[in-house]
Amino acid sequence: MLSAFLQFLISGVTVGAIYALCGLGFSIIYNASHVINFAQGEFIMIGAMSAVSLVDAGVPMPLAIVLAILITMAVGVLLEKLAVEPAKRASVTTLIIITIGASIFLRGLAQEVWDKNFHKLEPFTGEVPINLLGAVLMPQTLWVLGVAVIVILLLAWFFNRTLEGKAMLATSFNPLAAQLMGINTKRVLMISFALSAALGAIGGIVITPITFTAYDNGIMLGLKGFSAAVLGGLGNGMGAVVGGLVVGIAESMAAGYLSSAYKDAVAFVIILAVLIFLPNGLFGRKGTERV
Amino acid sequence: MSMKSWKNLASAAAVALTASFGAAQAAEPIKIGAFLSATGPASFLGDPEKKVLEKYVAEYNKAGGIMGRKIDLILYDDAGAADKASSFVKRLIENDKVDVIVGGSTTGTTMAAVPLVEAAGMPFISLAGAVVIIEPVKKWVFKTPHTDRMAAEKIFSDMKKKGITKYAMISENAGFGKSGHDETLKVQGNYGMTLVADETYAPKDPDVTAQLTKIKNTPGVQAVINWGFGQSPAVVTKNYKQLGISAPLYQSHGVASKDYIKLAGDAAEGVRLPAAGLVVASQLPDSDMQKAVVVKFQKEYQADFKAEASTFAGHAFDGLQMALAAMQRAGGTDKAKVRDEIEKTSGYIGTGGTVHMSATDHMGLNLSAFHMVEIKKGDFALSN
Repeated sequence: MLSAFLQFLISGVTVGAIYALCGLGFSIIYNASHVINFAQGEFIMIGAMSAVSLVDAGVPMPLAIVLAILITMAVGVLLEKLAVEPAKRASVTTLIIITIGASIFLRGLAQEVWDKNFHKLEPFTGEVPINLLGAVLMPQTLWVLGVAVIVILLLAWFFNRTLEGKAMLATSFNPLAAQLMGINTKRVLMISFALSAALGAIGGIVITPITFTAYDNGIMLGLKGFSAAVLGGLGNGMGAVVGGLVVGIAESMAAGYLSSAYKDAVAFVIILAVLIFLPNGLFGRKGTERV
Repeated sequence: MSMKSWKNLASAAAVALTASFGAAQAAEPIKIGAFLSATGPASFLGDPEKKVLEKYVAEYNKAGGIMGRKIDLILYDDAGAADKASSFVKRLIENDKVDVIVGGSTTGTTMAAVPLVEAAGMPFISLAGAVVIIEPVKKWVFKTPHTDRMAAEKIFSDMKKKGITKYAMISENAGFGKSGHDETLKVQGNYGMTLVADETYAPKDPDVTAQLTKIKNTPGVQAVINWGFGQSPAVVTKNYKQLGISAPLYQSHGVASKDYIKLAGDAAEGVRLPAAGLVVASQLPDSDMQKAVVVKFQKEYQADFKAEASTFAGHAFDGLQMALAAMQRAGGTDKAKVRDEIEKTSGYIGTGGTVHMSATDHMGLNLSAFHMVEIKKGDFALSN
């Protein structure tokens, strides 16, 4: 029985770590502009698809990963320049709707640039399962978890210790005041899209050995990542990770002990319950301006 | 909207073009209507189907058409949405005035078209899988692919040979998986099978080890059947191997493409599934009447599209061939006559098997159309 419990837990952690990594990307753009970027899932997909096609073309994996991240960052900057910046005076809601449009556009583009098939990426360090008291853990899960932790630490450092990060937070609180203080708010928004795209790409690449990828994989990953981010408190890196793990483990335990038919329902009930009692999420700052 | 109006323009241009040709040639072109899910979530069905219809219609036209008449293919992309399919079918019937419709990549889009073609009296050959399309029999509706029920029966007869009586099932909780699950339950009694564990998952779930652990810990499971499409069967197969479950794993005909083996990698070794002859074309014995047809189709498809022809590509090929053959037998495009001739299709050897339709069977395939294959060394191996 213990081994079954452990297996459910590991399965939940695997799925949860994937959601967490996808959720982290939402925080940067949110912090810079209070915009929820619904094209975040597409950044995840573009990162993964770029890496896959580069590896298939014979590029060594580490180089392919770096190039894929750069490609996705370029897409993020273009998205900001061509779609978000021209509408800068529009309300946050309008900007959010623009990102939804952008996500549909990027999905269509990916169909044409690549294809409609599923693709895979080899696991970074083999496929030999690690045995834990009768339950098995795949090495790639450790990669996903490790990368998620590193990304949170980097995010915390960026927002609290660097001038760029502080400028970004300042812009999110009061763009006008930030501008008067000499912060180039246009540039801040552009950097936030580039960084979010990079985060999405990193997440997409690390999880592809587990989930596979295809032009439309961004929808599900973006949505689950968004739920994780909202559950943890938007804009909070730690929150996205905890939120992702809670959703993942809840799904897996529900599938294991209740019935797999109800697993998605259980996850959503937990999200609803948390948001009713803690509208800003588990780690959200109280009094954050609501969108 | 812009795409729709663009298509309007394109079809208007096509109509104008063919009208001027028609005047010169006297004989009116035969109009074949098609609605396929060439983009969207079911594009792995619709995309190869579209390629096949376009390719073979062009080839017929190069050879002078049939009965001295050119063939006009009027094709719409419904992106997998039933509401779009319904409005395209209306357009095919009322505006384009086609002679026959071949299409409907998914059961959902097909069923959206059924009431329209029935009301209009339009012969319609569907390319989708589920039994509901032809059961109960609908006067104007036919289909080319095998049904999920047949796949379940084929799997059960294979299990029976191995002395298996207790099995577990893990299925996608949507569309194909759900229908396959239900059909399996309907026929299990005929083979003396008992379901001991029944698990589901969502089509895009990245991991199903929790469900598989439950199956693993259920006593008496002798084999496991997975119903799913696209990436999910590969996820199931990988997790199955990771957990080291020793019972044989059966997949459905939904994974009968090389993509599945590519995705699942080594974990797919030893997986068994029912598949059409097309999948194992070159391995069929020379005595198999289907061999020549499938080998030729596979070669032609690969030459043009640099990819292996999936069974879905084959469904479109069969649908087109049967529609054109029926028109030739009917000596024209009179809809009622064409319908009767499609129903009389007998002994047509296609990529899906040998078709014998009748007034009570609008698909005309039996279990012999399926071959049991096992995945060995990264390829499908015939294992009857």
